Amino acid sequence: MSDYNFAYLDEQTKRMIRRAILKGLAIPGYQVPFASREMPMPYGWGTGGVQVSAATLTPDDQFKVIDQGADDTTNAVSIRKFFERTAGVATTEETTKATVIQTRHRIPEEDLTEDQILVYQVPIPEPLRFLEPSEIETRKMHSLEEYGLMHVKLYEDIARHGAIATAYAYPVKVEGRYVMDPSPIPKFDNPKMEMAAIQLFGAGREQRIYALPPYTKVVSLDFEDFPFEASKADACCDLCGAEDSYLDEVITDDQGGRMFVCSDTDYCRSRREAGHVGALGMAQEDAA
Amino acid sequence: MIEISNVSKTFTLHNQGSAVIQVMDGAQLSVAAGECVALTGSSGAGKSTLMRMIYGNYLAASGRILVGDVDVATAEPREIIQLRREVLGYVSQFLRVVPRVATLDVVAEPLLSLGVPAEDAEARARDLLAQLRIPERLWSLSPTTFSGGEQQRVNIARGFAHTYPAMLLDEPTASLDAQNRETVLSLIEEAKSRGAAIIGIFHDEAARDRVCDREINVSDFTPKAAA
Amino acid sequence: MTPLFQVKGLSKNYGTHIGCRDVNFDLYPGEVMGIVGESGSGKSTLLNCMAGHLTPDAGQVMFDTRAEGMKDTLEMSEPERRMLSRTDWAFVHQHARDGLRMNVSAGGNVGERLMAVGARHYGEIRDTAIDWLDRVEIKESRIDDRPSAFSGGMQQRLQIARNLVTGPRLVFMDEPTGGLDVSVQARLLDLLRSLVREMGLSAIIVTHDLAVVRLLADRLMVMKDGHVVESGLTDQVLDDPQHGYTQLLVSSVLQV
Repeated sequence: MSDYNFAYLDEQTKRMIRRAILKGLAIPGYQVPFASREMPMPYGWGTGGVQVSAATLTPDDQFKVIDQGADDTTNAVSIRKFFERTAGVATTEETTKATVIQTRHRIPEEDLTEDQILVYQVPIPEPLRFLEPSEIETRKMHSLEEYGLMHVKLYEDIARHGAIATAYAYPVKVEGRYVMDPSPIPKFDNPKMEMAAIQLFGAGREQRIYALPPYTKVVSLDFEDFPFEASKADACCDLCGAEDSYLDEVITDDQGGRMFVCSDTDYCRSRREAGHVGALGMAQEDAA
Repeated sequence: MIEISNVSKTFTLHNQGSAVIQVMDGAQLSVAAGECVALTGSSGAGKSTLMRMIYGNYLAASGRILVGDVDVATAEPREIIQLRREVLGYVSQFLRVVPRVATLDVVAEPLLSLGVPAEDAEARARDLLAQLRIPERLWSLSPTTFSGGEQQRVNIARGFAHTYPAMLLDEPTASLDAQNRETVLSLIEEAKSRGAAIIGIFHDEAARDRVCDREINVSDFTPKAAA
Repeated sequence: MTPLFQVKGLSKNYGTHIGCRDVNFDLYPGEVMGIVGESGSGKSTLLNCMAGHLTPDAGQVMFDTRAEGMKDTLEMSEPERRMLSRTDWAFVHQHARDGLRMNVSAGGNVGERLMAVGARHYGEIRDTAIDWLDRVEIKESRIDDRPSAFSGGMQQRLQIARNLVTGPRLVFMDEPTGGLDVSVQARLLDLLRSLVREMGLSAIIVTHDLAVVRLLADRLMVMKDGHVVESGLTDQVLDDPQHGYTQLLVSSVLQV
């Protein structure tokens, strides 16, 4: 163990953040202001998520961090190492074993359970920001439930692109009350937000925390004649053959070669371990 | 239909030493349905002033101005507006319209504001413009660019579009050629025969003699002190 | 007939300076009232107090609501008042950019009020927007352009379409033709007149342009130093002004 207080932040700060989290859980989708601290990493690297994780972790937790679905990207590795060092908690890459998962831009493919907490890193928590620059006005719009403007954004999408072109950070309405930015997850993940696990959202620079308790109703906004669609690339994973997972397109050479792979690396790995093979994949034992 | 009793008019010129000018006193006048009465008197005697008071354009200092059952001297603005829309027509010497509006629409507007269907209002407007010899190629243009005589005829067409029960005519035949003058006089006769009460100012004596049943000399109402 | 809108004893001070003092009037359905006066006369203060943008110090601003009849809008909760200002009321700003979303297309600007009251069918919203653009003489082909690409007159017409799309019953207008070329003004005035007639709108228009009120307003209120000095039928007030200030105002207009 190091000389850091458990999970880096001092106890009073963690209490302050927990109060914000509890308030957020009590009012699903409502953005709770909190006194965001300077963290030993730059804004945009997940300072909001890290503070929420720090206030959530207990010494017995198993911690997992993903960035765009992957456990092995710089951001995920750095944050995992940060908590290994400052909290000494066990870490894992397996979704099913983790008790707290911090994520950037994805929800794991595996259904989460009531024993798990999903922590999102949020760059801009205000879904109305694009159209209404005034924070005073957007707060008033939330408090008075004036959300016509949100549909103006979708209208503009259809007018310009012939369809709702918003592909990520797709706005949702929570329990029929607050309109919420789900952080920049692909809209493919939106339907998964009605889940068994607790979901916490932290925006460090913007100093906001919001939350979804288990089984909260989360509806993606749309028009009657342009209904919401959870879209993904029209392909299967070339490594594990999954048809139902969100895919990344990977360029493999400069001859136009490319492949689709699961963005959720743990999901892909566990499927291959179970013997699933995609079009370009090799059986697990051969690869080893 | 029109009943005026004991009407007086003063102008107070606040910016010229608050001078009070009394221009009319004890005006009496009564016009029955189907009757046309001419206002006479020398220039400046107050013919136009009296007519403007009846229309509600000038405020009477005292007295009663009954048009139908509305006392114009004391009515609320909205009552006068309703009266002007439905009961009391006014053909002034000057055309005042929004620039850019087509002549046909200018003439049809009084009917449209009464809720007459657009086709019917337009048909009536076409009929009147044709009667008054406004060339059809001008109908879609704004009358603001027309000659004085043409504007006067558009004004008359507009004034006669709705069959008002009471009408005020200020020099309706001035600056008209013989043919158009004849048309206007027959429009007046037509209005009389359907029962309109009309008050008119005519410098054209022949016209006055032809359509008017009586004359009222407005000089009789000039205040004695000022005379 | 009952009034649509009633103002009773409305006063607003800025410290010791009078904004407007003890204003009273009734406005009936279909009536258009002009408020004239020079800069600083209190006409804009009065308009903003009536429209709920400023809180008056005293008085009542009554509106004949659809659900509950005559109601003091100053006593309403904020959601109720904001709902009113999105549905039965409209406000046309002097500068179109204050009343438009400049980074949203013309169609989106017109559709916003519809979506705000629950319209959720893209095709229908777009059809309504096209219909309204046509009514304010903006070509359908411009529906996806942003207002920043429009001329001043077009922006103003777009602002009017955006405001009238929900079929309001009372429209507040602050110098609607100010800052426009004379030829553009005429076109706008004609448009406003026909919309007022077709929709049976009531309107309150603040302006310093007497020609505008003569063409648009049935009634006129003249303000000076925060007080209403004269009111009445528009042509009567302009042609036979009773108050010294009105006489000065009318005689100061340059004849063309």
